[in-house]
Amino acid sequence: MSAEVVAGAGRKWRKPPFIRNPVLRYGLLLAAAVYIYWVMTTLPFDWERIQEGLPRAARIFNGAFPPSFERSGLLIEGFVESLQIAILATIFGLLLSIPLAIMAARNLAPKPIYLLGRAIIIVARSFHPVIVAILFVKAVGFGPLAGILTLIVYSIGFVAKLLAERLEEIDWGQVEAVRATGAGYFKTLLYAVFPQVMPRQIGLSIYQLDSNLRASAVVGIVGAGGIGSTLMNAFGRYDYDFALAITMVIIAVILVSEAISGRIRKRIW
Amino acid sequence: MARGGESRQWHRYTPRQRLVRFISYLLFVAVTVWALRSVDIFWPWLFDAPNAMGDLFGRMVPPDFSRWSDIVRALLETLNIATIATFFAILMALPVAYIAAQNTTPNKAFLWLGRFILVSSRSVNTLIWALLFVAIFGPGVLAGILAITFRSVGFLGKLLGEAIEEIDRNPVEAIEATGASRGKVILYAIVPQVVPTFFAVSILRWDINLRESTVLGLVGAGGIGLLLQGAIDTFQWQVVAAILLAIIVLVLLGEAISGWLRSKVI
Amino acid sequence: MLQITNLVKRYGSDEPVLKNLSLTVPERNVVSVIGASGAGKSTLLRCINRLVEPTSGDIELNGVNLTKLRGGQLRHARQRIGMIFQGFNLVERLTVMENVLSGRLGYVSFLRAAFRRFPQADIDRAFHFMERVGIAHYANKRADELSGGERQRVGVVRALMQEPEILLADEPTASLDPKTSEQIMALLRSLSEELSLPVLINIHNVTEAKAYTDRIVGMRYGRIIFDGAPTSLDEAAMDEIYAGTPVDDRAADQAAGRPLETVPS
Repeated sequence: MSAEVVAGAGRKWRKPPFIRNPVLRYGLLLAAAVYIYWVMTTLPFDWERIQEGLPRAARIFNGAFPPSFERSGLLIEGFVESLQIAILATIFGLLLSIPLAIMAARNLAPKPIYLLGRAIIIVARSFHPVIVAILFVKAVGFGPLAGILTLIVYSIGFVAKLLAERLEEIDWGQVEAVRATGAGYFKTLLYAVFPQVMPRQIGLSIYQLDSNLRASAVVGIVGAGGIGSTLMNAFGRYDYDFALAITMVIIAVILVSEAISGRIRKRIW
Repeated sequence: MARGGESRQWHRYTPRQRLVRFISYLLFVAVTVWALRSVDIFWPWLFDAPNAMGDLFGRMVPPDFSRWSDIVRALLETLNIATIATFFAILMALPVAYIAAQNTTPNKAFLWLGRFILVSSRSVNTLIWALLFVAIFGPGVLAGILAITFRSVGFLGKLLGEAIEEIDRNPVEAIEATGASRGKVILYAIVPQVVPTFFAVSILRWDINLRESTVLGLVGAGGIGLLLQGAIDTFQWQVVAAILLAIIVLVLLGEAISGWLRSKVI
Repeated sequence: MLQITNLVKRYGSDEPVLKNLSLTVPERNVVSVIGASGAGKSTLLRCINRLVEPTSGDIELNGVNLTKLRGGQLRHARQRIGMIFQGFNLVERLTVMENVLSGRLGYVSFLRAAFRRFPQADIDRAFHFMERVGIAHYANKRADELSGGERQRVGVVRALMQEPEILLADEPTASLDPKTSEQIMALLRSLSEELSLPVLINIHNVTEAKAYTDRIVGMRYGRIIFDGAPTSLDEAAMDEIYAGTPVDDRAADQAAGRPLETVPS
């Protein structure tokens, strides 16, 4: 087969650029470069302190190995508390999420109530649980109570939002059919609305229990009880070997809980 | 033999289903009761909680914006930490995703290495990473950037790896049939298929990182959390309120920007 | 010239998909392979460019034994074998031109490939063939914007870009409507003449096979049972190719005492 191809010779081809406007294209590239340069030069890096990092890292890792399970009593206690926090927060969070989700579903609630419901959800979602935890710790003191209240807010932000979205997608024909039998608002909810969202809701609940367990390990860092508090104490006392043991157990528990919740959800959905 | 007129029984569930449901309910109640009874709560505090919250809220109004320039600077720092860390995390996640995807990994050892990196990155929360890096590099933005980066690698790598595993095999086969080397097959048959997921996942993670960056300061790793911690420690509740409002604005802005980017790119 | 001798392909310890198959395709010859689904047509084609690893036997293309090649040598051999697929197998999110140029990937450096800076000769070649099959005006369109017939033309041009010594076409028209599929068959036929290329086509549509090819090979359960000019493919030969089950074949083989059919452990 000959390689001599004459027709159409000399036609140029370049890959059409991702952004057609050349000013915008190079402008964006330049902006990104300038941004990175600006950030790296203006962020307050404490270089002297950072230089001490390597020896410190070596010391920490030396201190952390081998992980110490000597105080396993403390470890288990912390985990049981985390579990309690997660369970109670999930239950109360779900109970509160249901009315809130109905409030925040456009098709089920009157406009003013809908806006109120949305506002509550947005506020609950905007704050990282750790910030909420700090406020609760200040209000009700150190310990699991602050953790539970925090994770209730966290659960509401997630479950109520998704449930409200699901409620807005329900098949309205079923609602009309039940209404046509003369059923009132709550009976309609019970017979035409809840059956449509139930499987999703159960899946969500299990997912939320799983993610509350994760979060409970974190809110403890600011004093809201559970394994996070144990970890924070270990870190504060430079017990790096105990801290490593705690971290390893946290990872293991999270993996197991993720696997369990994944399996249950697969069976329900 | 049912006689006419005798009332017939009807149950929503079969006996077996009822038994399973009954056991589930029982288990659920038992766990709840156990948790309620054994949790270490000083109950009077709970009943006082509405009061305490009301009191706290009362001290927060009206928000005090007199330190707005500090707040804006801290917000900017938070934004920068989130953005830079997302950028580094993307760079690190690409090779990890490649070796952690079953269809592209060079061999079993790399596969498990990749999975190990993903799991350890994902299971350790950002704040715990931050604790570690603060202990190593001292308080400051570097610890924050590293913490966010290390947590994000697992997230990005896992989702990208899954995207690589779900690609259409046929174009890969076709490019292999042209005699292209491994690198060129990746470039022409795998990368184009993963690009949409890549953008979606990166934008999503940036949004999440923005939220996470707001709390880094609470363990000393930079950003607006530092300001918040300071205000809380000195009981300046009106300043705290201003900072909280600023955080809401930042987070909502981030959500709006990431939504806009998503619609632009995909 | 393509020469296949005693080709066997077996997956695991199952019955072989290809059983001691031999076939020769001389230059400038359009050969169609027909047979029921599962006869091994697709495996045969994929063994030639080693997308499927043959179990034993030899495949020689213009004097090079393809079965022994590894790594870079294999890739080098693949450059000279163009393949056209049933599902077109284009990279949907790339432009038509990028898909076409991907046929040159074996020839250009990694950096050129990465930055899409192909040599001008490749670009000329691409435009030439794209004009030849009527898709040049789509150069910068994304492949998923094209119709089925147009996509298959992209697939054909991609294969031609490789400067192939043979074209393999795996059910190239099975995903197309009747009119388009005739156009593609006609295109393959005339390209074979213009470029003096041997073309090996797997095909389900016997009418098309008869109309557009020089020679028909009939396969049944891993072996060739018919090989001749389209005119000699009569009703009886058709029945033989498309009738029967693997079980019948195995029974017949055992009766004849042919070795490959008794499945070793």
